[in-house]
Amino acid sequence: MTRRPGLAAAILALAALLAAFAGVRFGPVAFTGEEFLSILLGGGDPLDRFFVLELRLPRVVLGLLVGGGLALAGAVFQALLRNPLAEPYILGISGGAAAGAVGVLALGLAGAASWYLPGAAFAGALLAIALVFGVAASADRRLDVRVLLLSGVVVGAFFSAVIALVLALSDAPTVRGAVMWMMGSLSGASWRTVGIVAAYTVPAGLFLLALARPLNLMAIGEDTASYLGTNVEGTKRIAYGVASLVAAAGVAFVGVIGFVGLVVPHGVRLVVGPDHRILLPLSALAGGGFLVLADLGARTVFAPTEIPIGVITAFVGVPFFLLLLRRSLRA
Amino acid sequence: MRLQGKNLTVRYPGAPHPSLEAVSLDVEPGTLYAVLGPNGSGKSTLMRALLGTVPLETGEVEIDGLPLEAWRRRDLAQAVGAVTQHESAAFPIGVRELVAMGRYPHLGTLRAPGDRDRELVEAAMIRCDVDHMADRDVGTLSGGEHQRVRIARALAQDPRALILDEPTASLDIRHEMEILRLLRHSADQGITVLLITHHLDLAARFADRLLLLGCGRLAAEGSPAEVFRAEVLEAVYGWPVEVLVDERTGAPRVIPLS
Repeated sequence: MTRRPGLAAAILALAALLAAFAGVRFGPVAFTGEEFLSILLGGGDPLDRFFVLELRLPRVVLGLLVGGGLALAGAVFQALLRNPLAEPYILGISGGAAAGAVGVLALGLAGAASWYLPGAAFAGALLAIALVFGVAASADRRLDVRVLLLSGVVVGAFFSAVIALVLALSDAPTVRGAVMWMMGSLSGASWRTVGIVAAYTVPAGLFLLALARPLNLMAIGEDTASYLGTNVEGTKRIAYGVASLVAAAGVAFVGVIGFVGLVVPHGVRLVVGPDHRILLPLSALAGGGFLVLADLGARTVFAPTEIPIGVITAFVGVPFFLLLLRRSLRA
Repeated sequence: MRLQGKNLTVRYPGAPHPSLEAVSLDVEPGTLYAVLGPNGSGKSTLMRALLGTVPLETGEVEIDGLPLEAWRRRDLAQAVGAVTQHESAAFPIGVRELVAMGRYPHLGTLRAPGDRDRELVEAAMIRCDVDHMADRDVGTLSGGEHQRVRIARALAQDPRALILDEPTASLDIRHEMEILRLLRHSADQGITVLLITHHLDLAARFADRLLLLGCGRLAAEGSPAEVFRAEVLEAVYGWPVEVLVDERTGAPRVIPLS
């Protein structure tokens, strides 16, 4: 089990940087190298400047934040719940967010004010988090992670039923809009949304990084974690709450993007091992870069038609993950 | 470091009888204190009660004269190393990585391990004979090897007291004897050792004092010679036995009769 986390970190950082560059450089509207350079240096055509600096750049930054946040939250949940299938959405967060968003779309309010849709999605996610936490915390004042997992799945199923009901009563354009939202997109990115998501994701992310050692111990077992100095109940509550908020903030603005929170932490773990001091920051880096690349694909593969980003994350993430899994089984 | 429990009662939710009922014990510094008893007699519950991972219905625990509630989790982990009966990591992890976690209570949240931390980890692995498998995945170890790795982690904590729940349950003779000698040696060095075990003869041979539990209640307490009386053991274990004195070791031995 010899690992080189330094090398992996350098490669991932470079890859994320390249992904970010490609995300700004390429898109349905093509620029020559000279044009692009002059835009970056503060010149160029005003419309081109708008494309690059007001559309693509915030989109890339939002992709880094949301992808990084989802992967980080996924890594935290997997350790906390001691379950390799745990991901941000399994705790009902996506179901709650989607139900909120679909409700706003069905009521025809999405166009009324720009913050209605993300606001409702965030409120739905918070409701789901509170429900799951309430159920799991009521028994014996300890937070049972199995109950957390189960109640998450059940709350998610409930919100799915709500969504199905609302969609069944809606007209075709609303259904299409809702389905597209649920499959995720970074197209709503602006510097304002970047600011809001960053305000949640950056401090919460730093906080979660500091929980690396307690999470290492939680992955070993709760009693042992306690005997090695961890406040187990406190760690569970705060890590669950903060990671959920990170996921909720991301989901509210970009919709349901699957696989990043599940596949990225596993992929990184297979390469660098289970130490969360390395796993958490590298998962955030890899998740951010991955989502930016997926968004680039979503914008360009069928340009000018944009496809849902969740399609790309699944199409790319699944074979990549299977490959990594195969490699690790051989070793 | 002194470990004291007074009138400890623990009742798990939904259980008709307490798993531990009014048990008191006083483990003096530098003694090897063995806790014996049949399956389900409350041995592991006693460990959890002493370490504060199960709520007490009655009673109090004092560690080094200080009530358990006054101890911060991290301070307690710096002073007391504990090895549970079972443990399964959620994800693959290396032997050295797992042993190095014994240093966490001393490192806190962010401090990086230093030379002394690394030395303690390597020394603990050598003492438990797991240094030659340091780079292996814990999931590929046998039950006994895994147990030795976890004992090594507790030693790496550099504790003043050790509490171990059946640490030699799946060890072969050689490794069992090595671990018991290690625990005896630790006690002689002044470390308080509380050992939960099913091996009556070895407990009688290595321990200074014994505590015998039956159905959550204290059945006997004292030196091996005091506790190893055939009628006491028969009543607790529900099986006829004969107690002999081993001529080689001078310690009492239990022969189950057929």
